[in-house]
Amino acid sequence: MHDKQYRVKVGLATCGIAGGAAKVYQILKDRLQESGIEVERTGCIGMCYNEPLVEVIEADGQSYLYGNLEPEDSLHIVDEHIEKGKPVRNLLVLGRSAETDDQTFLEKQRRILLKNCGHIDPEEIQSYIDADGYKGLRRALEQMTPESVIEEIKQSGLRGRGGAGFPTHLKWGLTRQADGAQKYIVCNADEGDPGAFMDRSVLEGDTHSVLEGMLIAGYAIGASIGYVYIRAEYPLAIRRLKIAIKQAEGKGLLGKNILGSNFSFELFIREGAGAFVCGEETALLMSIEGKRGMPRFRPPFPAQKGLFGCPTSINNVETFANVPRILHLGASAYNQLGTEESKGTKVFALAGKIRRGGLIEIPMGTTINEIVFDIGGGISTGKPFKAIQTGGPSGGCIPAELGDTPVDYESLKKIGAIMGSGGLLVMDEETCMVDVARYFLSFTREESCGKCTFCRAGTHQMLKILERITQGEGREEDVDLLIELAEKIKAGSLCGLGQTAPNPVLTTIKYFRNEYDAHVKEKYCPAKKCKALITYEIDPEACTGCTLCARNCPVDAISGMKKEAHVIDQSICISCGLCINSCKFDAVTVSSKPKQLV
Amino acid sequence: MKQATAADLRTLAQDHPVFAVKEIVDKHIESKGAAIPILQEIQNVFGYISPELLRRAGEFSGIPVNELYSIVTFYAQFRMEPTGEHLIQVCHGTACHLAGAERITESIQFETKAGPGKTSDDGMFTMEKVACLGCCSLAPVLTIDEETYGKLSPEKVRKIIKDVRRKNPEHSASKGDNESA
Ligand SMILES: Cc1cc2nc3c(=O)[nH]c(=O)nc-3n(C[C@H](O)[C@H](O)[C@H](O)COP(=O)(O)O)c2cc1C
Ligand code: FES
Repeated sequence: MHDKQYRVKVGLATCGIAGGAAKVYQILKDRLQESGIEVERTGCIGMCYNEPLVEVIEADGQSYLYGNLEPEDSLHIVDEHIEKGKPVRNLLVLGRSAETDDQTFLEKQRRILLKNCGHIDPEEIQSYIDADGYKGLRRALEQMTPESVIEEIKQSGLRGRGGAGFPTHLKWGLTRQADGAQKYIVCNADEGDPGAFMDRSVLEGDTHSVLEGMLIAGYAIGASIGYVYIRAEYPLAIRRLKIAIKQAEGKGLLGKNILGSNFSFELFIREGAGAFVCGEETALLMSIEGKRGMPRFRPPFPAQKGLFGCPTSINNVETFANVPRILHLGASAYNQLGTEESKGTKVFALAGKIRRGGLIEIPMGTTINEIVFDIGGGISTGKPFKAIQTGGPSGGCIPAELGDTPVDYESLKKIGAIMGSGGLLVMDEETCMVDVARYFLSFTREESCGKCTFCRAGTHQMLKILERITQGEGREEDVDLLIELAEKIKAGSLCGLGQTAPNPVLTTIKYFRNEYDAHVKEKYCPAKKCKALITYEIDPEACTGCTLCARNCPVDAISGMKKEAHVIDQSICISCGLCINSCKFDAVTVSSKPKQLV
Repeated sequence: MKQATAADLRTLAQDHPVFAVKEIVDKHIESKGAAIPILQEIQNVFGYISPELLRRAGEFSGIPVNELYSIVTFYAQFRMEPTGEHLIQVCHGTACHLAGAERITESIQFETKAGPGKTSDDGMFTMEKVACLGCCSLAPVLTIDEETYGKLSPEKVRKIIKDVRRKNPEHSASKGDNESA
């Protein structure tokens, strides 16, 4: 290779691209063409809040990370840093002489699973191999029996990262022991939790690690075919998977007689078609079989009778991505991390009202407060921290008072929440907890496959009650009714969707009962979120009569002469809030007075 | 045998839609559980799945049409009506909901005159509500024709829509065009 003084990398995961990284990449590429510096492509480094991100690495390995770049900033970096050797301090987010406090974002993290994300080129297999890639597979095939691979996974303490935390070695062992000449490995990349993107980031940033994990699993259980079931909303991840499969085949890492052994493995991709319930394992298998994705009763478990009636081990993306790390590091090194019952690290998608939202990886047992404040940098709005939500529509809300709770499977369960697959939403004082419950119920009602009456009709009923509460029409008995319905749905549903759908409602009632009461009894929304319970007004003192709000109002509820104070006609106003957004003088105010009382 | 790419199929579909369906079915029929990949590719090539296309797919694949129909209605991804020229997908995942997806939806409706799940009268925009697009840290998020936009505000939405309109001058809109850029 020719000697390069600088290396330049641009984070090109979906989040980076949405933040404008593709433009930056193109500009840098054009600008650096003559200098012989090749602009490299990499995945998500996790600092989504700073996208687009560009890393400049100097000849001695010193790294400088630039963030929040406008296209013209990237040219400035070339002019100053690459041409004159002077880092542009005010654009730096990490690295020597950076002026930000972003270093703390990384300090409490332990990036084992994400070690390659944002560093290697996910579209180049060699880049993965250079980072110890496929060493775990090599070790398995050359030095271990399938049984000893399963034993190693057992020693590591790995539990499924798809949400339930089922011990991975048990699932693999059962599938291995099950009768059947044909066995399958399935990777669950449906990532249905609406607020989570860990699996997407791993697939986009470190594609081969998932492939390698699936290969090792295939060897361990005696499967020769694997499927990745991935949601269609992730086109970039799908594209990178296709590239990875081709490249692995080209290197003899996929196909017949892998690495000269007698282990052969084929891999196929199946795109999901937009049904949350297909994340549930039995429904997912039905979907791969080309049918409607309806969950079925277990047992038999997929390990006994899975895809096309054959023994199948189905695991989450992150579970698979852990496997090569375990085989490469050794189980005894891996299980040093985490708590007694929950080993290793967990990746979370940190989002919501948080200053530093992004992709984080923590040792199990890190507390909620450490995540929110030390890693996440606190609340983005400056308002008090109110709660976090984990586990998406199946999970629960945890109030700020329980911020010292360690994040591991057992501790979260104890307080009524779940680990979930890794979505972690942070909420501040301005978040209405009744609205959050209503939101999740509208999601599960929509996604219920309709097979079980309790799930179908029960979620519909609960949603109706929540809707009337948020509309200021709640009745005294409504909260008790919700609890009663919740218990019935839990008991009367076949699959996890129905069994867990009431969780967001139950936990918000448990920890935020006062908010329900305020809505029901006082027709008052403390967070000023529920449209029927708030009123927008214009402060005549502050209004300059610029007419912007009137022009923005979709229902023409605002009137007033130019340069004179405007007024909102409450009988027309639909409380959409566009006026408050458009006002440059903070003249629009919102108060929690029900509309009909004005 | 070289497999037809989506672009090849799109060209074919323009003049010979039936042949295109046949190609698509042949491409997938050998693999197990082919029904969904067949329907996905038909939608990808034609933009939506009309009753006629469904009937043809059934005919060539041997899969009963009512089975195909039940799949199409079960999965949210499948569309039985054509979309407008531009497909806007607004994220209503949890992070986007907290960040005001409702407000974004309203401003899109205001700018494009396409309500959720609907196409505007000028045929230019279709708006869909979708669950998480996987960019939650940039909430609220939307995609237009697969390009993702994050950290939205109603103002930003207006600008984005205006830019899209500008690229299609023949459809110049009534509102907003007289404002200087
Ligand atoms: C309604 C529902 C949705 C689910 N969605 C997902 C999902 O999107 N991704 C996932 O990995 N697991 C999901 N699961 C869990 C799977 O059924 C299964 O437990 C998991 O894929 C097993 O992998 P693991 O052992 O590696 O965790 C879901 C379960 C239910 C009940
Ligand atoms: S919630 Fe909108 S991108 Fe995830």
